[in-house]
Amino acid sequence: MMRLNAKLGWIMLLVLGLVFPFLAGNDYHLTVMSTAYIYVLATLGLNLVTGYTGQYNLAHAGFMAVGAYTVGILTVDYQVPFWIAFVLAGPVAALLGFFIGIVSLRLKGHYFSIFTLCVGYILFLVIEKWESLTHGTVGIIGIPAPSPIGPLTFDSPRALYYLVFFFLVVGLWVMHRIVSSLLGRTFMAIRNGDDLAESLGINLMRNKLLAFMLSVFYAGLAGGLYAGFVRFLGPGIAGVEHTFDMTMYMLVGGIGTLLGPVLGGLTVPWITQTLQWLQEYRFLVFGPILVLLVIFVPHGIVGSFIAWRARKAAQPHGSGHA
Amino acid sequence: MLAFENVSLNYGSFRALDEVSLHANEGELVVLLGANGAGKSSIFLAASGLQKACAGSIRYGDCQLVGMKPSRIVEQGVVQCPEGRKLFPGMSVMKNLMLGAYVHRRDKTGNRKRLDEVMALFPVLEHKQNDPAGSLSGGQQQMVAIGRALMGRPKVLLLDEPSLGLAPLVVKQVFEVISQINRAGTTVLLAEQNAFAALKIAHRAYVLERGRIVLEGDRDSLMSNEAIRKAYIGT
Repeated sequence: MMRLNAKLGWIMLLVLGLVFPFLAGNDYHLTVMSTAYIYVLATLGLNLVTGYTGQYNLAHAGFMAVGAYTVGILTVDYQVPFWIAFVLAGPVAALLGFFIGIVSLRLKGHYFSIFTLCVGYILFLVIEKWESLTHGTVGIIGIPAPSPIGPLTFDSPRALYYLVFFFLVVGLWVMHRIVSSLLGRTFMAIRNGDDLAESLGINLMRNKLLAFMLSVFYAGLAGGLYAGFVRFLGPGIAGVEHTFDMTMYMLVGGIGTLLGPVLGGLTVPWITQTLQWLQEYRFLVFGPILVLLVIFVPHGIVGSFIAWRARKAAQPHGSGHA
Repeated sequence: MLAFENVSLNYGSFRALDEVSLHANEGELVVLLGANGAGKSSIFLAASGLQKACAGSIRYGDCQLVGMKPSRIVEQGVVQCPEGRKLFPGMSVMKNLMLGAYVHRRDKTGNRKRLDEVMALFPVLEHKQNDPAGSLSGGQQQMVAIGRALMGRPKVLLLDEPSLGLAPLVVKQVFEVISQINRAGTTVLLAEQNAFAALKIAHRAYVLERGRIVLEGDRDSLMSNEAIRKAYIGT
Protein backbone atom coordinates (compact mmCIF):
# COMPACT_ATOMS: atom_id res chain seq x y z
CA MET A 1 0.00 0.00 0.00
CA MET A 2 2.67 2.42 1.08
CA ARG A 3 4.91 1.63 -1.86
CA LEU A 4 1.97 2.31 -4.17
CA ASN A 5 1.40 5.68 -2.49
CA ALA A 6 5.04 6.63 -2.88
CA LYS A 7 4.95 5.72 -6.55
CA LEU A 8 1.76 7.70 -7.01
CA GLY A 9 3.36 10.70 -5.32
CA TRP A 10 6.36 10.60 -7.62
CA ILE A 11 4.12 10.32 -10.68
CA MET A 12 2.11 13.31 -9.48
CA LEU A 13 5.30 15.32 -9.07
CA LEU A 14 6.39 14.27 -12.55
CA VAL A 15 3.09 15.37 -14.06
CA LEU A 16 3.20 18.65 -12.14
CA GLY A 17 6.69 19.25 -13.48
CA LEU A 18 5.56 18.51 -17.02
CA VAL A 19 2.54 20.83 -16.96
CA PHE A 20 4.21 23.62 -14.96
CA PRO A 21 5.19 25.66 -18.08
CA PHE A 22 1.52 25.81 -19.01
CA LEU A 23 0.55 26.97 -15.52
CA ALA A 24 3.37 29.45 -15.10
CA GLY A 25 2.29 33.03 -15.65
CA ASN A 26 5.48 34.18 -17.37
CA ASP A 27 9.02 33.32 -18.39
CA TYR A 28 10.35 34.65 -15.12
CA HIS A 29 8.61 31.87 -13.23
CA LEU A 30 10.07 29.33 -15.64
CA THR A 31 13.52 30.74 -15.03
CA VAL A 32 13.14 30.62 -11.26
CA MET A 33 11.90 27.04 -11.47
CA SER A 34 14.66 25.90 -13.84
CA THR A 35 17.32 27.43 -11.62
CA ALA A 36 15.74 25.68 -8.64
CA TYR A 37 15.87 22.35 -10.53
CA ILE A 38 19.56 22.83 -11.26
CA TYR A 39 20.28 23.39 -7.59
CA VAL A 40 18.07 20.45 -6.63
CA LEU A 41 20.18 18.25 -8.92
CA ALA A 42 23.34 19.45 -7.16
CA THR A 43 21.69 19.01 -3.76
CA LEU A 44 20.86 15.39 -4.63
CA GLY A 45 24.60 14.86 -4.88
CA LEU A 46 25.32 16.67 -1.62
CA ASN A 47 22.64 14.56 0.02
CA LEU A 48 24.36 11.35 -1.12
CA VAL A 49 27.63 12.14 0.62
CA THR A 50 26.17 14.09 3.57
CA GLY A 51 22.72 12.64 4.10
CA TYR A 52 23.33 9.02 3.20
CA THR A 53 27.04 8.57 3.90
CA GLY A 54 27.37 11.03 6.78
CA GLN A 55 30.33 13.03 5.44
CA TYR A 56 29.44 16.71 5.42
CA ASN A 57 31.10 18.21 2.36
CA LEU A 58 31.31 22.02 2.44
CA ALA A 59 33.01 22.36 -0.96
CA HIS A 60 29.99 21.28 -2.96
CA ALA A 61 29.40 24.63 -4.66
CA GLY A 62 33.08 24.62 -5.63
CA PHE A 63 32.59 21.38 -7.53
CA MET A 64 29.47 22.75 -9.15
CA ALA A 65 31.57 25.70 -10.29
CA VAL A 66 34.19 23.31 -11.68
CA GLY A 67 31.51 21.67 -13.83
CA ALA A 68 30.16 25.04 -14.92
CA TYR A 69 33.59 26.42 -15.78
CA THR A 70 34.45 23.24 -17.67
CA VAL A 71 31.58 24.02 -20.01
CA GLY A 72 32.24 27.79 -20.02
CA ILE A 73 35.97 27.58 -20.78
CA LEU A 74 35.70 24.80 -23.35
CA THR A 75 32.86 26.38 -25.32
CA VAL A 76 33.98 30.01 -25.22
CA ASP A 77 37.77 29.78 -25.34
CA TYR A 78 38.21 26.54 -27.26
CA GLN A 79 35.03 26.50 -29.36
CA VAL A 80 34.21 22.99 -28.22
CA PRO A 81 30.58 22.11 -29.10
CA PHE A 82 28.27 22.56 -26.11
CA TRP A 83 27.25 18.94 -25.68
CA ILE A 84 30.82 17.61 -25.75
CA ALA A 85 31.80 20.14 -23.09
CA PHE A 86 28.67 19.30 -21.14
CA VAL A 87 29.43 15.58 -21.13
CA LEU A 88 32.82 16.40 -19.60
CA ALA A 89 31.41 18.56 -16.76
CA GLY A 90 30.50 15.67 -14.45
CA PRO A 91 33.64 13.59 -15.05
CA VAL A 92 35.97 16.59 -14.56
CA ALA A 93 34.33 17.36 -11.21
CA ALA A 94 34.50 13.67 -10.24
CA LEU A 95 38.18 13.46 -11.22
CA LEU A 96 38.99 16.48 -9.08
CA GLY A 97 36.82 14.88 -6.39
CA PHE A 98 39.00 11.78 -6.54
CA PHE A 99 42.15 13.72 -5.69
CA ILE A 100 40.52 15.94 -3.08
CA GLY A 101 38.61 13.01 -1.58
CA ILE A 102 41.67 10.82 -1.23
CA VAL A 103 43.25 13.48 0.99
CA SER A 104 40.23 14.92 2.80
CA LEU A 105 38.43 11.64 3.57
CA ARG A 106 41.29 10.59 5.81
CA LEU A 107 39.80 13.08 8.23
CA LYS A 108 36.70 12.26 10.20
CA GLY A 109 33.63 14.22 11.24
CA HIS A 110 34.03 17.94 11.68
CA TYR A 111 37.65 17.85 10.56
CA PHE A 112 36.53 16.61 7.17
CA SER A 113 33.99 19.44 6.96
CA ILE A 114 36.55 22.07 7.93
CA PHE A 115 38.98 20.69 5.37
CA THR A 116 36.36 20.82 2.62
CA LEU A 117 35.36 24.33 3.69
CA CYS A 118 38.95 25.31 2.91
CA VAL A 119 38.86 23.37 -0.35
CA GLY A 120 35.72 25.25 -1.35
CA TYR A 121 37.37 28.58 -0.63
CA ILE A 122 40.51 27.59 -2.51
CA LEU A 123 38.40 26.62 -5.53
CA PHE A 124 36.72 30.03 -5.33
CA LEU A 125 40.10 31.81 -5.11
CA VAL A 126 41.56 29.83 -7.99
CA ILE A 127 38.59 30.72 -10.17
CA GLU A 128 38.80 34.37 -9.14
CA LYS A 129 42.56 34.78 -9.53
CA TRP A 130 43.52 32.52 -12.45
CA GLU A 131 42.49 35.08 -15.02
CA SER A 132 44.14 33.51 -18.05
CA LEU A 133 42.00 30.40 -17.59
CA THR A 134 38.80 31.57 -15.95
CA HIS A 135 38.63 35.27 -16.94
CA GLY A 136 38.78 36.11 -13.22
CA THR A 137 36.21 38.49 -11.80
CA VAL A 138 35.12 39.54 -15.29
CA GLY A 139 33.62 36.11 -15.68
CA ILE A 140 32.86 34.12 -18.79
CA ILE A 141 30.40 35.83 -21.08
CA GLY A 142 28.66 34.47 -24.14
CA ILE A 143 28.43 30.76 -23.36
CA PRO A 144 26.42 29.25 -26.23
CA ALA A 145 22.99 27.85 -25.51
CA PRO A 146 22.72 24.06 -25.71
CA SER A 147 22.85 23.27 -29.43
CA PRO A 148 19.85 21.55 -31.04
CA ILE A 149 19.61 17.77 -30.87
CA GLY A 150 17.81 16.68 -34.02
CA PRO A 151 14.43 18.44 -34.00
CA LEU A 152 14.86 19.59 -30.37
CA THR A 153 16.02 23.17 -29.99
CA PHE A 154 16.81 24.88 -26.71
CA ASP A 155 16.38 28.56 -27.50
CA SER A 156 13.26 29.34 -25.48
CA PRO A 157 12.85 29.39 -21.68
CA ARG A 158 10.28 26.66 -22.01
CA ALA A 159 12.59 24.36 -23.98
CA LEU A 160 15.37 25.01 -21.49
CA TYR A 161 12.96 24.27 -18.65
CA TYR A 162 12.22 20.86 -20.12
CA LEU A 163 15.90 20.18 -20.71
CA VAL A 164 16.73 20.90 -17.08
CA PHE A 165 13.66 18.96 -15.93
CA PHE A 166 14.78 15.98 -17.99
CA PHE A 167 18.17 15.88 -16.29
CA LEU A 168 16.56 16.28 -12.87
CA VAL A 169 14.27 13.31 -13.51
CA VAL A 170 17.16 11.17 -14.77
CA GLY A 171 19.28 12.30 -11.81
CA LEU A 172 16.53 11.36 -9.38
CA TRP A 173 15.99 7.98 -10.98
CA VAL A 174 19.71 7.14 -10.90
CA MET A 175 19.91 8.33 -7.28
CA HIS A 176 16.94 6.13 -6.43
CA ARG A 177 18.78 3.17 -7.93
CA ILE A 178 21.93 4.00 -5.98
CA VAL A 179 20.34 4.43 -2.56
CA SER A 180 18.10 1.38 -2.82
CA SER A 181 21.00 -0.87 -3.83
CA LEU A 182 23.53 -2.62 -1.62
CA LEU A 183 25.90 0.23 -2.45
CA GLY A 184 23.43 2.70 -0.94
CA ARG A 185 23.06 0.57 2.18
CA THR A 186 26.84 0.38 2.38
CA PHE A 187 26.91 4.19 2.46
CA MET A 188 24.24 4.21 5.16
CA ALA A 189 26.22 1.67 7.18
CA ILE A 190 29.16 4.08 7.07
CA ARG A 191 26.89 6.92 8.22
CA ASN A 192 25.92 4.79 11.24
CA GLY A 193 29.52 4.51 12.28
CA ASP A 194 32.95 3.80 10.86
CA ASP A 195 33.72 0.95 13.26
CA LEU A 196 30.46 -0.86 12.71
CA ALA A 197 30.83 -0.59 8.93
CA GLU A 198 34.38 -1.89 9.10
CA SER A 199 33.40 -4.80 11.29
CA LEU A 200 31.02 -5.86 8.52
CA GLY A 201 33.95 -5.96 6.12
CA ILE A 202 33.24 -2.66 4.39
CA ASN A 203 36.30 -0.93 3.00
CA LEU A 204 35.76 2.56 4.42
CA MET A 205 38.08 4.61 2.26
CA ARG A 206 37.01 3.06 -1.02
CA ASN A 207 33.30 3.51 -0.31
CA LYS A 208 33.60 7.01 1.11
CA LEU A 209 35.62 8.00 -1.92
CA LEU A 210 33.04 6.47 -4.24
CA ALA A 211 30.22 8.36 -2.48
CA PHE A 212 32.22 11.57 -2.67
CA MET A 213 32.96 11.16 -6.38
CA LEU A 214 29.35 10.29 -7.24
CA SER A 215 28.25 13.28 -5.18
CA VAL A 216 30.50 15.80 -6.92
CA PHE A 217 29.65 14.23 -10.27
CA TYR A 218 26.10 15.44 -9.63
CA ALA A 219 27.48 18.85 -8.68
CA GLY A 220 29.53 19.00 -11.89
CA LEU A 221 26.57 17.96 -14.01
CA ALA A 222 24.39 20.60 -12.37
CA GLY A 223 27.16 23.13 -12.98
CA GLY A 224 27.27 22.19 -16.67
CA LEU A 225 23.53 22.72 -16.93
CA TYR A 226 23.87 26.02 -15.09
CA ALA A 227 26.44 27.22 -17.63
CA GLY A 228 24.20 26.35 -20.56
CA PHE A 229 21.15 27.83 -18.88
CA VAL A 230 22.46 31.12 -17.45
CA ARG A 231 25.19 31.50 -20.13
CA PHE A 232 27.29 33.70 -17.90
CA LEU A 233 29.66 32.56 -15.17
CA GLY A 234 31.37 34.47 -12.38
CA PRO A 235 33.48 33.18 -9.50
CA GLY A 236 30.52 33.82 -7.18
CA ILE A 237 28.91 30.47 -7.99
CA ALA A 238 31.76 28.73 -6.15
CA GLY A 239 30.93 30.70 -2.99
CA VAL A 240 30.35 28.74 0.17
CA GLU A 241 26.98 30.48 0.62
CA HIS A 242 25.68 28.30 -2.22
CA THR A 243 26.79 25.20 -0.33
CA PHE A 244 24.91 26.53 2.68
CA ASP A 245 21.85 27.14 0.50
CA MET A 246 21.97 23.53 -0.65
CA THR A 247 22.44 22.39 2.93
CA MET A 248 19.33 24.35 3.84
CA TYR A 249 17.33 22.68 1.05
CA MET A 250 18.46 19.35 2.40
CA LEU A 251 17.57 20.21 6.01
CA VAL A 252 14.20 21.74 5.20
CA GLY A 253 13.18 18.90 2.89
CA GLY A 254 14.66 16.03 4.89
CA ILE A 255 18.28 14.94 4.99
CA GLY A 256 19.05 11.41 3.89
CA THR A 257 15.83 11.01 1.92
CA LEU A 258 15.32 11.05 -1.82
CA LEU A 259 12.41 13.46 -1.81
CA GLY A 260 13.91 15.84 0.78
CA PRO A 261 16.25 17.80 -1.51
CA VAL A 262 13.43 18.14 -4.05
CA LEU A 263 10.92 19.56 -1.57
CA GLY A 264 13.49 21.77 0.14
CA GLY A 265 15.05 22.90 -3.12
CA LEU A 266 11.68 23.96 -4.51
CA THR A 267 10.05 25.51 -1.45
CA VAL A 268 12.97 27.50 -0.08
CA PRO A 269 13.73 29.43 -3.31
CA TRP A 270 10.04 30.28 -3.73
CA ILE A 271 9.89 31.55 -0.16
CA THR A 272 13.02 33.64 -0.73
CA GLN A 273 11.47 34.95 -3.94
CA THR A 274 8.35 36.11 -2.13
CA LEU A 275 10.49 37.74 0.54
CA GLN A 276 12.46 39.66 -2.12
CA TRP A 277 10.85 42.95 -1.05
CA LEU A 278 12.64 42.65 2.29
CA GLN A 279 15.93 42.73 0.36
CA GLU A 280 18.89 41.60 2.45
CA TYR A 281 16.76 41.93 5.58
CA ARG A 282 14.95 38.78 4.55
CA PHE A 283 17.75 36.79 6.13
CA LEU A 284 16.66 38.29 9.46
CA VAL A 285 13.43 36.39 8.95
CA PHE A 286 15.02 33.39 7.35
CA GLY A 287 17.81 32.83 9.85
CA PRO A 288 15.58 32.38 12.90
CA ILE A 289 13.19 30.18 10.91
CA LEU A 290 16.10 27.94 10.02
CA VAL A 291 17.31 27.79 13.62
CA LEU A 292 13.82 26.84 14.81
CA LEU A 293 13.58 24.25 12.08
CA VAL A 294 16.85 22.58 13.03
CA ILE A 295 15.79 22.49 16.68
CA PHE A 296 12.19 21.34 16.29
CA VAL A 297 12.05 19.59 12.89
CA PRO A 298 15.58 18.20 12.58
CA HIS A 299 14.59 15.61 10.01
CA GLY A 300 12.84 18.05 7.71
CA ILE A 301 9.49 17.68 6.00
CA VAL A 302 10.03 14.15 4.72
CA GLY A 303 11.75 12.86 7.84
CA SER A 304 8.98 14.17 10.07
CA PHE A 305 6.38 12.60 7.82
CA ILE A 306 8.11 9.21 8.01
CA ALA A 307 8.35 9.48 11.81
CA TRP A 308 4.67 10.43 12.02
CA ARG A 309 3.71 7.45 9.86
CA ALA A 310 5.85 5.09 11.95
CA ARG A 311 4.12 6.36 15.12
CA LYS A 312 0.76 5.83 13.53
CA ALA A 313 1.68 2.32 12.44
CA ALA A 314 2.88 1.51 15.95
CA GLN A 315 -0.53 2.29 17.41
CA PRO A 316 -2.64 -0.80 18.16
CA HIS A 317 -5.25 -0.07 15.52
CA GLY A 318 -2.74 1.09 12.93
CA SER A 319 -2.74 -0.56 9.56
CA GLY A 320 0.45 -2.55 10.27
CA HIS A 321 3.93 -1.76 9.11
CA ALA A 322 4.88 0.45 6.22
CA MET B 1 43.09 -21.35 14.87
CA LEU B 2 43.31 -17.90 16.42
CA ALA B 3 46.24 -17.12 18.69
CA PHE B 4 47.19 -13.99 20.63
CA GLU B 5 50.81 -13.79 21.69
CA ASN B 6 51.83 -11.12 24.21
CA VAL B 7 49.38 -8.62 22.78
CA SER B 8 49.32 -5.14 24.29
CA LEU B 9 46.91 -2.37 23.44
CA ASN B 10 46.91 1.22 24.65
CA TYR B 11 44.26 3.93 24.54
CA GLY B 12 46.46 6.97 24.94
CA SER B 13 48.31 6.35 28.18
CA PHE B 14 45.78 3.79 29.38
CA ARG B 15 46.94 0.21 28.95
CA ALA B 16 43.86 -1.81 28.01
CA LEU B 17 45.66 -5.07 27.24
CA ASP B 18 48.91 -6.04 28.87
CA GLU B 19 50.79 -8.87 27.15
CA VAL B 20 47.74 -11.03 26.64
CA SER B 21 48.30 -14.52 25.26
CA LEU B 22 45.38 -16.74 24.43
CA HIS B 23 44.21 -19.05 21.73
CA ALA B 24 41.11 -20.73 20.37
CA ASN B 25 41.53 -24.02 18.54
CA GLU B 26 39.42 -24.90 15.55
CA GLY B 27 35.90 -25.82 16.62
CA GLU B 28 36.34 -24.62 20.18
CA LEU B 29 34.04 -22.36 22.15
CA VAL B 30 36.25 -20.19 24.31
CA VAL B 31 34.84 -17.77 26.87
CA LEU B 32 36.43 -14.55 28.08
CA LEU B 33 35.28 -13.64 31.57
CA GLY B 34 35.86 -10.40 33.37
CA ALA B 35 34.28 -7.32 34.84
CA ASN B 36 33.59 -4.12 32.87
CA GLY B 37 36.83 -2.64 31.66
CA ALA B 38 38.80 -5.84 32.16
CA GLY B 39 39.76 -5.85 28.49
CA LYS B 40 37.32 -8.27 26.89
CA SER B 41 36.13 -5.86 24.24
CA SER B 42 39.69 -4.68 23.62
CA ILE B 43 40.64 -8.24 22.70
CA PHE B 44 37.89 -8.21 20.08
CA LEU B 45 38.81 -4.78 18.80
CA ALA B 46 42.41 -5.91 18.41
CA ALA B 47 41.40 -9.15 16.67
CA SER B 48 39.07 -7.38 14.25
CA GLY B 49 41.64 -4.68 13.49
CA LEU B 50 39.51 -1.79 14.74
CA GLN B 51 42.24 -1.01 17.28
CA LYS B 52 45.84 -1.69 16.45
CA ALA B 53 47.77 -3.71 18.99
CA CYS B 54 50.96 -1.86 19.91
CA ALA B 55 52.91 -5.02 20.66
CA GLY B 56 52.63 -8.74 20.16
CA SER B 57 51.09 -10.80 17.40
CA ILE B 58 47.63 -12.05 16.57
CA ARG B 59 47.81 -14.99 14.22
CA TYR B 60 44.96 -16.62 12.42
CA GLY B 61 46.14 -19.66 10.48
CA ASP B 62 49.04 -18.31 8.44
CA CYS B 63 47.89 -14.68 8.62
CA GLN B 64 49.18 -11.97 10.88
CA LEU B 65 46.11 -9.92 11.81
CA VAL B 66 47.98 -7.04 13.47
CA GLY B 67 48.16 -4.24 10.93
CA MET B 68 45.68 -5.87 8.57
CA LYS B 69 42.70 -3.77 7.47
CA PRO B 70 39.43 -4.62 9.26
CA SER B 71 37.72 -5.41 5.96
CA ARG B 72 40.50 -7.87 5.05
CA ILE B 73 40.19 -9.56 8.43
CA VAL B 74 36.47 -10.12 7.82
CA GLU B 75 37.35 -11.59 4.43
CA GLN B 76 39.69 -14.03 6.20
CA GLY B 77 36.70 -15.30 8.20
CA VAL B 78 37.22 -13.57 11.53
CA VAL B 79 33.89 -11.80 12.10
CA GLN B 80 32.85 -9.69 15.04
CA CYS B 81 29.37 -9.27 16.48
CA PRO B 82 29.80 -6.02 18.40
CA GLU B 83 28.61 -5.28 21.92
CA GLY B 84 25.22 -3.63 22.27
CA ARG B 85 23.87 -5.16 19.03
CA LYS B 86 24.43 -2.03 16.92
CA LEU B 87 21.89 -2.75 14.21
CA PHE B 88 20.76 -0.30 11.56
CA PRO B 89 17.44 0.51 13.21
CA GLY B 90 15.71 2.08 10.20
CA MET B 91 16.58 -0.76 7.85
CA SER B 92 14.52 -3.93 7.61
CA VAL B 93 15.71 -7.11 9.29
CA MET B 94 16.46 -8.58 5.87
CA LYS B 95 18.60 -5.62 4.82
CA ASN B 96 20.50 -5.78 8.10
CA LEU B 97 21.22 -9.44 7.52
CA MET B 98 22.28 -8.89 3.93
CA LEU B 99 24.75 -6.18 4.97
CA GLY B 100 26.43 -8.89 7.01
CA ALA B 101 27.08 -10.74 3.76
CA TYR B 102 28.87 -7.69 2.38
CA VAL B 103 32.20 -9.42 1.72
CA HIS B 104 30.39 -12.21 -0.17
CA ARG B 105 28.14 -9.81 -2.09
CA ARG B 106 28.96 -11.38 -5.45
CA ASP B 107 28.03 -14.91 -4.36
CA LYS B 108 24.24 -14.59 -4.53
CA THR B 109 23.45 -18.32 -4.35
CA GLY B 110 25.80 -18.83 -1.41
CA ASN B 111 24.14 -15.95 0.41
CA ARG B 112 20.67 -17.33 -0.18
CA LYS B 113 21.75 -20.69 1.22
CA ARG B 114 23.33 -18.97 4.19
CA LEU B 115 20.20 -16.90 4.76
CA ASP B 116 18.12 -20.07 4.91
CA GLU B 117 20.49 -21.44 7.55
CA VAL B 118 20.24 -18.24 9.60
CA MET B 119 16.45 -18.27 9.34
CA ALA B 120 16.41 -21.91 10.46
CA LEU B 121 18.48 -20.88 13.48
CA PHE B 122 16.17 -17.95 14.29
CA PRO B 123 12.70 -18.94 13.02
CA VAL B 124 11.19 -15.90 14.76
CA LEU B 125 12.96 -13.62 12.26
CA GLU B 126 11.30 -15.26 9.28
CA HIS B 127 8.05 -13.31 9.50
CA LYS B 128 9.76 -10.18 10.85
CA GLN B 129 12.09 -9.88 7.91
CA ASN B 130 10.44 -6.77 6.46
CA ASP B 131 10.06 -4.96 9.80
CA PRO B 132 12.52 -2.23 10.69
CA ALA B 133 15.16 -3.74 12.95
CA GLY B 134 14.60 -0.97 15.49
CA SER B 135 11.03 -2.16 16.12
CA LEU B 136 12.12 -5.60 17.37
CA SER B 137 12.48 -6.64 21.01
CA GLY B 138 15.93 -6.74 22.58
CA GLY B 139 16.24 -10.49 22.22
CA GLN B 140 15.16 -10.43 18.59
CA GLN B 141 17.59 -7.63 17.88
CA GLN B 142 20.38 -9.72 19.36
CA MET B 143 19.34 -12.55 17.07
CA VAL B 144 19.54 -10.21 14.08
CA ALA B 145 22.99 -9.08 15.23
CA ILE B 146 24.23 -12.66 15.52
CA GLY B 147 22.52 -13.55 12.24
CA ARG B 148 24.19 -10.61 10.54
CA ALA B 149 27.58 -11.78 11.75
CA LEU B 150 26.79 -15.31 10.54
CA MET B 151 25.99 -13.96 7.07
CA GLY B 152 29.67 -13.05 6.89
CA ARG B 153 30.37 -16.82 7.01
CA PRO B 154 32.76 -16.66 9.97
CA LYS B 155 35.29 -19.36 10.66
CA VAL B 156 35.91 -17.58 13.94
CA LEU B 157 32.97 -15.72 15.45
CA LEU B 158 33.73 -13.02 18.01
CA LEU B 159 30.68 -12.42 20.21
CA ASP B 160 30.86 -9.47 22.56
CA GLU B 161 28.42 -9.75 25.48
CA PRO B 162 25.40 -11.10 23.59
CA SER B 163 23.39 -11.39 26.82
CA LEU B 164 23.69 -7.70 27.68
CA GLY B 165 20.34 -6.26 28.73
CA LEU B 166 18.31 -9.36 27.91
CA ALA B 167 15.74 -11.11 30.08
CA PRO B 168 16.97 -14.37 31.68
CA LEU B 169 14.77 -16.57 29.53
CA VAL B 170 15.98 -14.87 26.37
CA VAL B 171 19.60 -15.18 27.53
CA LYS B 172 19.06 -18.93 27.77
CA GLN B 173 17.78 -19.03 24.16
CA VAL B 174 20.67 -16.95 22.89
CA PHE B 175 23.22 -19.22 24.58
CA GLU B 176 21.54 -22.31 23.16
CA VAL B 177 21.89 -20.85 19.69
CA ILE B 178 25.54 -19.96 20.28
CA SER B 179 26.22 -23.52 21.37
CA GLN B 180 24.44 -24.74 18.25
CA ILE B 181 26.53 -22.47 16.01
CA ASN B 182 29.67 -23.84 17.65
CA ARG B 183 28.60 -27.45 17.27
CA ALA B 184 28.03 -26.82 13.58
CA GLY B 185 31.77 -26.14 13.30
CA THR B 186 32.32 -22.44 13.91
CA THR B 187 35.01 -21.47 16.36
CA VAL B 188 33.51 -19.06 18.88
CA LEU B 189 35.19 -16.54 21.14
CA LEU B 190 32.59 -15.31 23.59
CA ALA B 191 33.03 -12.40 25.98
CA GLU B 192 30.59 -12.52 28.88
CA GLN B 193 29.84 -11.24 32.31
CA ASN B 194 27.17 -13.86 32.69
CA ALA B 195 29.80 -16.42 33.71
CA PHE B 196 27.60 -19.32 34.69
CA ALA B 197 25.59 -19.42 31.47
CA ALA B 198 28.68 -18.91 29.36
CA LEU B 199 30.78 -21.56 31.10
CA LYS B 200 28.02 -24.11 30.69
CA ILE B 201 28.43 -24.08 26.92
CA ALA B 202 32.20 -23.42 26.82
CA HIS B 203 35.12 -25.72 26.24
CA ARG B 204 37.65 -23.45 27.86
CA ALA B 205 37.74 -19.99 29.38
CA TYR B 206 40.09 -17.16 30.27
CA VAL B 207 39.57 -14.75 33.14
CA LEU B 208 40.69 -11.17 32.60
CA GLU B 209 41.44 -8.51 35.16
CA ARG B 210 42.70 -5.06 34.27
CA GLY B 211 43.98 -6.08 30.88
CA ARG B 212 45.77 -9.23 32.01
CA ILE B 213 44.83 -12.87 31.94
CA VAL B 214 44.73 -14.03 35.53
CA LEU B 215 43.30 -17.49 35.11
CA GLU B 216 42.64 -20.00 32.40
CA GLY B 217 41.31 -23.50 32.25
CA ASP B 218 38.70 -25.84 30.89
CA ARG B 219 35.07 -25.59 31.85
CA ASP B 220 35.05 -28.03 34.72
CA SER B 221 38.13 -26.70 36.44
CA LEU B 222 36.81 -23.13 36.30
CA MET B 223 33.30 -24.09 37.34
CA SER B 224 34.70 -25.72 40.46
CA ASN B 225 37.22 -22.95 41.16
CA GLU B 226 36.31 -21.26 44.44
CA ALA B 227 37.49 -17.79 43.43
CA ILE B 228 35.53 -17.92 40.20
CA ARG B 229 32.40 -19.10 41.95
CA LYS B 230 32.65 -16.23 44.41
CA ALA B 231 33.51 -13.49 41.93
CA TYR B 232 31.43 -14.38 38.88
CA ILE B 233 28.88 -17.01 39.65
CA GLY B 234 27.87 -15.84 43.10
CA THR B 235 27.36 -19.14 44.87
